[in-house]
Amino acid sequence: MIVVEDVHKHFGGFHAVDGASLTIAEGSITGLIGPNGAGKTTLFNVIAGVLAPTSGKVTMAGEDITGLPPHDLFHMGLLRTFQIAHEFSSMSCRENLMMVPGGQSGETLWNTWFGRKRIANEERALAAKADEVLEFLTIEHLAEQKAGQISGGQKKLLELGRTMMVDARIVFLDEVGAGVNRTLLNTIGDAILRLNKERGYTFVVIEHDMDFIGRLCDPVICMAEGRVLAEGTLDEIKANEQVIEAYLGTGLKNKNKVGA
Amino acid sequence: MEFLNAFVALSNYVLIPGIAYGSQLALGALGVTLIYGILRFSNFAHGDTMAFGAMVTILVTWWMQAQGISFGVLPTALLALPFGILGTMVLLVVTDRVVYRFYRQQKAKPVILVIVSLGVMFIMNGIVRFIIGPDDQNFADGARFIISARDFKAWSGLDEGLALRTSQGITVITAVVVVVALFWFLNKTRTGKSMRAYSDNEDLALLSGINPERVVTYTWLIIAALTTVAGVLYGLDKSFKPFTYFQLLLPIFAAAIVGGLGSPLGAIAGGFVIAFSEVTITYAWKKVLGYLMPEGLEPDGLVQLLSTDYKFAVSFVILLIVLLFKPTGLFKGKSV
Repeated sequence: MIVVEDVHKHFGGFHAVDGASLTIAEGSITGLIGPNGAGKTTLFNVIAGVLAPTSGKVTMAGEDITGLPPHDLFHMGLLRTFQIAHEFSSMSCRENLMMVPGGQSGETLWNTWFGRKRIANEERALAAKADEVLEFLTIEHLAEQKAGQISGGQKKLLELGRTMMVDARIVFLDEVGAGVNRTLLNTIGDAILRLNKERGYTFVVIEHDMDFIGRLCDPVICMAEGRVLAEGTLDEIKANEQVIEAYLGTGLKNKNKVGA
Repeated sequence: MEFLNAFVALSNYVLIPGIAYGSQLALGALGVTLIYGILRFSNFAHGDTMAFGAMVTILVTWWMQAQGISFGVLPTALLALPFGILGTMVLLVVTDRVVYRFYRQQKAKPVILVIVSLGVMFIMNGIVRFIIGPDDQNFADGARFIISARDFKAWSGLDEGLALRTSQGITVITAVVVVVALFWFLNKTRTGKSMRAYSDNEDLALLSGINPERVVTYTWLIIAALTTVAGVLYGLDKSFKPFTYFQLLLPIFAAAIVGGLGSPLGAIAGGFVIAFSEVTITYAWKKVLGYLMPEGLEPDGLVQLLSTDYKFAVSFVILLIVLLFKPTGLFKGKSV
């Protein structure tokens, strides 16, 4: 579904993404792992249109989407969440979700004054949908709360909820599990699996929690130093020499050998 | 009786002018704060945008007066106001397309946009002077007073007269209507919410169904309405002179910063704080104190803390105090 071909992203002399190529199959839940600074988030940003790549190409379903702005990609069904949860802090959780769908008739000045009835109907439908999503995520009691006041983990759920307000085709989750307790993490995992199965969302998940990755993802892609190191099931990845080296460094590996 | 006289004198020279001036500053500061919150830069061209809007309104007013169109006791300028707003909308949207959009696409830092707005200011400055000239223009007509000092004295039997000018009444009423409409728009409509969302978290707004270019355009349209209304009200109340509008930039920015940049409620509060500080500090309290102080203790001097020539110094001092002790302003805006 998404094909990344030889993408480079340089910040001055620093090569954050240095020739990454990967393919994400439709309907899969692909895990993206790698040590800190491997370029995972930068690659996300390049795919999601936040950063323009220095060179390389990104295609979605055969269409070239390299360097398209985020809101265009959003309308094509490519959504993402943020590593540090973002929210519209002064709005309620319900309003946060209602902001998501594009092309609402209330967006034009004309309708604001003359199309009140149509907007009201639309808003009612949206509010109902938002409540449904909140219920799905088991945070329906937060509907009226200001999004700035809810906990970090709940914000992560709200991020996931945002992707459910529209018909997404592919969703990029950037560390949805970071700073979230086990129970909530399982809730998020369940939600991802259900969305994948019931709605056919394709997911790409950056995560450091290997149990979480193991439960959800197949295949798993490992990145290091801006390049794709290996791809396969989590067990294959875990057994890969290069991956162990990237995570633990050569020194530790040699020490282990000496010990053995 | 003494107390009533003191109160009437105070209303006449401090309260009413302060409220009218405060409303004008509040409208100006609302515009500055919206631009800061949504477009993320301090717009130095704001004062001259007000001058442009007022100028278009004045030209249409003159044309209407020549055609014999009038608005009864109300100033003809109110009829011309919509045309002024339209003209300013065109100017601002064109400026945005030609100038600001380029820098937005480059993702220029706010400080660069500030300097760009300085350039825009000089150009607008030139346009206004080129079209209408640098001199004072008079365009107020209709009834001059709602309550005149003489009528009030005859009615109340007090020594002090209370005058309420039409322009002051119109200023306050228009300001209230505009502010209510603006808050309704920002809080209740989808477009307004998109604007708030864009202001709150740009990254997230871009990744939702919010079209940033549309938000920016609507912001400029609203700014055009706010600046023109503020400019025309100020011109009706005082007089229209391009240079005064340029000078107004200082109290307007002071008001926006005192209230907290990016906070619409703060802009209104800030406008009144600045206006009342200016008026009370430059007012000669001799008269009011003369009524209030016990026999023999009435002041001989004027009891004026600062000459009116220094009124802009008041904004400066308040600005400094706020930036030193509460940089986010009264209503927790973004820090400058």
